[in-house]
Amino acid sequence: MNNLTDSNWVLSLGTFLPLLGAVVIMFFTSKDDDQTPKVIGIVTAAATLAVGVYTLIQFDYDQADRLQFFVDAEWIEVISSGYTIGLDGISLPLYFLSMVVTLLVMIYTWDNMPDAGNPKAFYSLMLILQTGMAGSFIAQDLILFFVFFEVVLLPMYFMIGVWGGEQRKYASLKFFLYTMFGSAFMLVAFLALFFQAGDAAGGVESFGFAHLYEFGALIDRDVQVWIFAGMFLGFAVKVPMFPFHTWLPDAHTQAPTQGSVILAAILLKLGTYGFVRIALPMLPKGAEAWAPVIGILAVIGIIYGALGCLAQTDMKRLIAFSSVAHMGYVMLGISTLTEFGINAALYGMVAHGLITGMLFFVAGSVKHRYHTLEIKRLSGMLLQMPKMGWILGFAAMASLGLPGLAGFWGEFPAILSAYNPNEALSEELFRVLMVVAAVGTVLAAAYLLWLYQRTAFGEPGDEFKGQSEVEQGKHEGLAHSLSSAANDHGDHEVIKDVQRTEWIAWTPFLIAIVVFGVYPQLMFQVLDPAVTALVETINAGIKLP
Amino acid sequence: MIALLSSALAQADEWVSPAIDWHAIAPELILVIGINLVLLIDLNIGESKKWTMATLSGFVVLAAFIPVITLGLELDGVPREMFDGRYVIDEYALVLKAFFLLVAYVIILISQNELEEGGYYQGEFYVLMLCSVLGMVMMTSSRDLVSIFVSLELLSIPAYMMAAWRKRSSVSNEAGVKYYLLGVFASAIMLFGMSYLYGITGTTKLVDIGAQLTNGDLNGLAVVGIAFVLVGFAFKVSAVPFHTWAPDTYEGAPTPVTAFLSVASKAAGFVALVTLVYTAFPGASDVYGPMIWVMAALTMTVGNVLALRQSNIVRMLAYSSVSQGGFILMPLAFAGDPNASGSALNAVVVYLLVYAFMNLGAFAVVIAVSRKTNSGEISSFGGLFNYAPGMAVAMTVFMASLAGIPPLGGWFAKFNAFKAVLDAGNTPAYVLACIAAVNTVISAAYYFKVLRTVWVDDAPDGNTAPINPPQPIVAALAITVIGTIVVGVYPRLVAGFGELSDLAGALGG
Repeated sequence: MNNLTDSNWVLSLGTFLPLLGAVVIMFFTSKDDDQTPKVIGIVTAAATLAVGVYTLIQFDYDQADRLQFFVDAEWIEVISSGYTIGLDGISLPLYFLSMVVTLLVMIYTWDNMPDAGNPKAFYSLMLILQTGMAGSFIAQDLILFFVFFEVVLLPMYFMIGVWGGEQRKYASLKFFLYTMFGSAFMLVAFLALFFQAGDAAGGVESFGFAHLYEFGALIDRDVQVWIFAGMFLGFAVKVPMFPFHTWLPDAHTQAPTQGSVILAAILLKLGTYGFVRIALPMLPKGAEAWAPVIGILAVIGIIYGALGCLAQTDMKRLIAFSSVAHMGYVMLGISTLTEFGINAALYGMVAHGLITGMLFFVAGSVKHRYHTLEIKRLSGMLLQMPKMGWILGFAAMASLGLPGLAGFWGEFPAILSAYNPNEALSEELFRVLMVVAAVGTVLAAAYLLWLYQRTAFGEPGDEFKGQSEVEQGKHEGLAHSLSSAANDHGDHEVIKDVQRTEWIAWTPFLIAIVVFGVYPQLMFQVLDPAVTALVETINAGIKLP
Repeated sequence: MIALLSSALAQADEWVSPAIDWHAIAPELILVIGINLVLLIDLNIGESKKWTMATLSGFVVLAAFIPVITLGLELDGVPREMFDGRYVIDEYALVLKAFFLLVAYVIILISQNELEEGGYYQGEFYVLMLCSVLGMVMMTSSRDLVSIFVSLELLSIPAYMMAAWRKRSSVSNEAGVKYYLLGVFASAIMLFGMSYLYGITGTTKLVDIGAQLTNGDLNGLAVVGIAFVLVGFAFKVSAVPFHTWAPDTYEGAPTPVTAFLSVASKAAGFVALVTLVYTAFPGASDVYGPMIWVMAALTMTVGNVLALRQSNIVRMLAYSSVSQGGFILMPLAFAGDPNASGSALNAVVVYLLVYAFMNLGAFAVVIAVSRKTNSGEISSFGGLFNYAPGMAVAMTVFMASLAGIPPLGGWFAKFNAFKAVLDAGNTPAYVLACIAAVNTVISAAYYFKVLRTVWVDDAPDGNTAPINPPQPIVAALAITVIGTIVVGVYPRLVAGFGELSDLAGALGG
């Protein structure tokens, strides 16, 4: 692998800069000082994003199928594992997305610190989390990948456990144990793959992706199926796929807004990314054997998630279940083992990250104002907070896959790709799956519109009536509203519309949802070359005798 | 009779003292001199100056470290043998000697304040502890049944007394007595096994024993001998089903002693097991393989399941250390497999080192916190994150490392153990790896229960005065935190130690 650019330091810098920021916050700020950690955190995240932008500029889009900024240094030579990193078209969008999301979440936190306080710890954890996420997307070595993949666990556990809702203890432990369970088997699978590929390569052992792409395919089909099973457990829990999804609604509901956004936008993608980057190309025959199972589970997830949504009474829980359904589309795309399907899946990952992230932001802000997310208590949001109401509507439309918004390009091609799965797979089965998945989109429209109608339309309930800035403005005049509010309405705070920090944090999401909806080619052109190369690897592997 | 006697006398005439490599046994000699120094000085100084004993013991340990390093520099891969190859200084021995001395140093750091404040017998404590450490250091070089037994007793007998150190506490007495009775029982079983081995092979030298025991050619006596010797050490490393003494002893003994027992004394047991498995029984893997397989699987599972139910932190750590022992045992089950032999040895040594860091660290936090709360309940750790964030972070590092979360040391240790097992690549190996994977998850449950208390709960008594841990404990925490993190991030450091290929060769004969 020859290096395409000279600036190989970019990726390491982009990945470890947040860690540096976290160390600075931990050791050089005092516990009583609430502002400094926030400033350091945001500055670090901004600097990281600047490195990310530089990476975007330096990236050679004509060769998006090849690893760029490639570094292959020695790390743990005893176990033939190296510090191997690189970025190609598949990783680039997710790598960049993680940086953007972290910065925006931090800006949002400026005014919306969760109740438990302690920004010092909160910002340090977010920065550590960012290192883990970015690192997972650039790792080109199984052990390195595993380390980063696990690094995200601890900060997320604490974010849910310390800053979460009432049942945070239960939710955080559940999240942790589920993921841990999956990754324990995943590690065994990685090791088995390492040794088996080593045998296939005539004794040359390495954890490097390139090596495993080449020799993993030579392993016997039966063995591949078993190893794939181990990886499947690890990644499917993370995605999460039905029936391993039960940790997700709890984790999302209990997590603080920031945690939910990061979880939805990036962490879930680690699982699907793992399938695309590791499980499929390294074990093509295993993938071929497992594809029908994945496809079926994905479609069950779509329907189950949608039905689950319809049964929810809590807005955040509803959004969480919608994640299960959306990740079902992603997994369906992946299970077709075609260029079209995997492209759609990767697009869907980014789109889902933006849209569901946005929905969780809105849910968090609603909770902040109304102190409840129970759907039946919320109504008339459009009257009380017109802007917030419109943003919720916009995100809901995007989420149900309205053409012209980003969600459409993840969902629609994924369904379409099931019409023509990889030639090694059963066409009949996937066409049935296609039909069922299409029904799922109707259900998606149903639950999202239902959510929107019940929360945004109508008159505000008696409980909150007259407490919003907008309503008071109408009655008493804008100038008066701020000062009088607290006195007039007892201990209730005034329900304000979208605030400045919220605008700063949300606008990029909203713009991106539109841009990627109107001009999907923007991302497809980056993804496609890399995906083509990947699918070639898979097909070649399946056809091996 | 007379002929026999005269021939013996004739031999005695010819007896010449064996050549002694003074440099090679310098660590042991320094310890012996140090023990006497501590004993003599302790007799002759006033009560008010007893605290100097800790410092002096620390210096003794550090002084013993020097020859270990110089020997390491001089070694160059050629083992130095003494007494007809029954006492060997090779890389394996040196790495472990260094390990035991380091552990001893950390133990001295964390026991200091507890002993001073409790008004315990400081001088005697350090003398006994150094004796025990001497036994451990000797164990690493022993390549003969007799010297292994002598080392084992030398390290165990002081430990029995240390367990009962709080002599007015009935729990502590119970701890000591239980440990003593079961320890002696284990020794007896082991000696019984050794006598069989000697009876069959006619020698006590491990390499010679190893040359005569080969798979498929073992008679009943040999099987019994091997099994009994292994069972004896299984008691020492508290492997299930021979673990019953551990929780009571750990809970009753003073906490620093518990740390000592659960790390150093356990590690010594493992060292003996490794030496035996690789030198004396390399050809008997049909006997020890399945035995260790079963013990490892049971040990990690039972230890974990019981740890889940504990509400006392020391008891939980006791069961956790039982279960960690299962992970250390795991690779040894495949020591006989030609593929896995080298990596299994590496895995055990690396695991011992990492385990020492994280477990000692966890005990150091427990000691520091219980100085304030005077409680051993897990719930007493509530609110720690708020009033002692440094301690909370340290505890997080240790617990997460014990659970095997990268990039902390425990992860690399577990990974190495998995790797060694899968290196064998047969069905039992995969089954054991899966059992271990499930156990990793179970263990995470109770380690994170502690972290949850530390981070989420409020202080149970509302007392949120900050903790001011004494200097020695801070130093111990610094050593263990840095050790745990560095090993995880840059495993090459210890992995290099573990690359004991020539040792595997030398040991394997």
